[in-house]
Amino acid sequence: MTGRFIPHAVLTLAVLLFALPIWIAIAGSTQDSAVIARGELSLIPDLAGLGVYRDVLLHGSAGAGPVWRALLVSAGMALVIALGKIALSLPSAYAVTFFRFPFRMTAFWLIFLTLMLPVEVRLIPTFQVMSNLDLINSFTGLTLPLVASATATLLFRQTFLAIPDELVEAARMDGAGPLRFLRDILIPVSGANIAALFVILFVYGWNQYLWPLLVATDPKLDTVVIGIVKMIGLDTATEWNKVMATAVLALIPPVAVVLLMQRWFVKGLTEGDK
Amino acid sequence: MAGLRLEGLRKSFGQNEILKGVDLTLADGEMLVIVGASGCGKSTLLRLVAGLETPTAGRILIDGRDVTRLDPSERDIAMVFQNYALYPHMSVFENMAYGLKIRGLPKAGIRAKVDAASALLGLDALLDRKPRQLSGGQRQRVAMGRAIVRDPKLFLFDEPLSNLDAKLRVQMRGEIRRLQRRLKVTSLYVTHDQVEAMTLGDRLLVMHQGVPVQLATPTEVFERPADTYVAGFIGSPAMNLLPGTLGRNGTAVSLEGTEVGLGTRRYALPDGHGVILGIRPEHVALDPSGREWPVEVVELLGSETLIHAGRTGAATLTLRLANGAPVGEAVRVSFPPEHLHLFDRATGLRLDPA
Amino acid sequence: MERRTLFPGRLLPALLILPQLVLTFVFFLWPALQAIKSSLEREDAFGTSTEFVGLENFADLFNDPLYLAAIGRTAVFCAGVTAVSIGVALLLAVLADTEIRGRAFYRTMLIWPYAVAPAMSAVLWVLMFHPQIGLVGAFLNRIGIGWDYKLDGTQAMLLVILAAAWKQISYNFIFFLAGLQAIPKTIIEAARIDGARGFRRFRTIILPLLMPTVYFLLVVDLVYAAFDTFATVYAVNGGGPGQSTQTLVLKVYLDGIVNANIGSSSAQSVVLMVGVIVLCAIQFRFLGRKAVT
Repeated sequence: MTGRFIPHAVLTLAVLLFALPIWIAIAGSTQDSAVIARGELSLIPDLAGLGVYRDVLLHGSAGAGPVWRALLVSAGMALVIALGKIALSLPSAYAVTFFRFPFRMTAFWLIFLTLMLPVEVRLIPTFQVMSNLDLINSFTGLTLPLVASATATLLFRQTFLAIPDELVEAARMDGAGPLRFLRDILIPVSGANIAALFVILFVYGWNQYLWPLLVATDPKLDTVVIGIVKMIGLDTATEWNKVMATAVLALIPPVAVVLLMQRWFVKGLTEGDK
Repeated sequence: MAGLRLEGLRKSFGQNEILKGVDLTLADGEMLVIVGASGCGKSTLLRLVAGLETPTAGRILIDGRDVTRLDPSERDIAMVFQNYALYPHMSVFENMAYGLKIRGLPKAGIRAKVDAASALLGLDALLDRKPRQLSGGQRQRVAMGRAIVRDPKLFLFDEPLSNLDAKLRVQMRGEIRRLQRRLKVTSLYVTHDQVEAMTLGDRLLVMHQGVPVQLATPTEVFERPADTYVAGFIGSPAMNLLPGTLGRNGTAVSLEGTEVGLGTRRYALPDGHGVILGIRPEHVALDPSGREWPVEVVELLGSETLIHAGRTGAATLTLRLANGAPVGEAVRVSFPPEHLHLFDRATGLRLDPA
Repeated sequence: MERRTLFPGRLLPALLILPQLVLTFVFFLWPALQAIKSSLEREDAFGTSTEFVGLENFADLFNDPLYLAAIGRTAVFCAGVTAVSIGVALLLAVLADTEIRGRAFYRTMLIWPYAVAPAMSAVLWVLMFHPQIGLVGAFLNRIGIGWDYKLDGTQAMLLVILAAAWKQISYNFIFFLAGLQAIPKTIIEAARIDGARGFRRFRTIILPLLMPTVYFLLVVDLVYAAFDTFATVYAVNGGGPGQSTQTLVLKVYLDGIVNANIGSSSAQSVVLMVGVIVLCAIQFRFLGRKAVT
């Protein structure tokens, strides 16, 4: 029994510590802002205060617009980025694995190179490109540049390389051309990998911060992540319960996606990156 | 009308010549088994016929039509793969129907063909299952079904039984043979298993290092192997191959001082010519007056006994005896002349008497 | 590695890969080249003309005590984040991999922070450690430890390290767990028969087999700490108090976007670029080869 006690104790402690920040946000969101400001936050939620969620969703709080709008921007951005990356990377990975054409490996390496060029190392010129293309403060500007993806291309390439040759040959004998094979065989067979990638990319899109900060100064295009950082930045007269309610709302979608698709996501992550 | 004709077929990958010229004609409805060790070029040959590889030189004709440059789908052939290659996301029915669907057959026509094939293969009850819900033997049948529904001019089999366990392999072997006889489709069957080759083929093509070494009926390949490679490859346990020299005017072979008579045969080669004497293990006779070989290993196989005899470092001899044969520390054996094979030691080719 | 079976044709694959290449070029390669170009130039005070100055921007950079201090600070930050996230994740993964009840529950409850945005983890930790309203922060002040990360640089650094490490623990945990599960049961059984137990078994059998995962995560975590934590650090204190949490990525942003010093910011970008390339090369050389070959 002693052998079992320590693992349980440590794991339970870790689970509680991991959950504590979220719990504080949940409990705090239902309490009075002035009480929180005095440092008297209670860990027991006050069910009477749940109305705050209605408030922030519909009206927002000081320094930030209604949260439904920010959630919509975030969701739109995450979906467009995740689906866009898949729609772009799948064909390009298909091209480099199933065909042989001039400059194939050059093209692959150029795509691979983007792994080494995060926004942080090309900040100003990217901003200039965006402004030359008149994409500042537009939803297109928010999403399009993030749709190119080396990670997704690499992951798909891995997946495609693992498809048995005989499966391809059988399809060719059955008379399937390249596009038909892609549609009828390859995409259905890679379904689990696509789902896993979707989770990773959705979370990636939802969690963007520096990029929207750079290209979207219009408050209408504030994502919920941008919005909440703005809220805690105002040090005076912060409505703490509203901050916490917004934080909870901002966390629910990506956490839900990860938890609901946990099995695929873990598999996709560990098989792809290594 | 010829089912399949190969003319001077060659294939190189870079500097590496895998297939060094194959000429072959298959009669309509004939089943030819291509057999050889791995790397002998047999799979490449099959893939060339399938259209999955392009030959470096030569022509392929199916039913008289030159298909050398055609896409696999235009050759009117079907292939059964070693690992089945079933589409994992499709049901048994969809797997069999896919090729027909691509060819644009009407739904009713597809249904009828798949139903006929699945009845033939006993798959009726499994049509809605996914491949992962099937046993190995059932998957193999679906793979065959997929080939059958297409009603092709030519069947290609790429080691279709090697993923099955031993018992199932014997059963499926029989089924393939029966089906092929019944459908009378010209077939090429690639295997490394010589038992499969012997039991399935109307004729065998034995390949070695990219070269076809013998093309003949199973009986002939077994009884008159074209060279030492075929002799050692076909038959289990393998034929004993003992180096010696020709003597007595070409009527005897001398093996390390012992003389073995060749009976009534006489070879028109000078005495002292280097030869290899071949005799199958089941043909070695126990003979109290014969030469003594020390016994190294005795293997009891149940229905028979194998004896491996010989001195370390020197030639060894395998005997196949009925159970209960008297075996001590050594055996005395003789080589009945009617069962002897003779090969040229320099070229390995079979020698025939004058 | 190449596939044996390919489809014929050149036009189709070119069309399939084109959109990705166009975006890559427009938004990645071209800006990167521009960054390199402007790192070699200097604008005059009015922004009307630029001249080529060679490596002067870099020389200035490495003679700037503020920049050198930022390098040192970034090193401390990266080391802290990596050590905490790998250490804690390894401990938790080893415990969660044992045959105990509720394994799946523990796993789920330890994986979810992966989904939390770097900026959000800053928000959550601020809400905990805020000197007045934070449960932990206010408590520290009440028991007489003067806690205010808005005034004390060391405390600020501590807080950003913890906030940044927190969500990375989950990421590492997922990989360690996968690594542990990939160790064949028979090896563990052989070790048990040999009498290796407890910590000794971990140190002599499990850890050596897990080393590839450790190296892999070491590089991934360093890249994460160096680049992906902009939001975390920026959201906690904007790099302050003073410059005490101003890491290199923050400095690129502040110098370039906020203070509009293009030449210096571009030179900093190029330095960071070299940094990522070196880290990627290390990963490639030792671990990630599988991803590409």
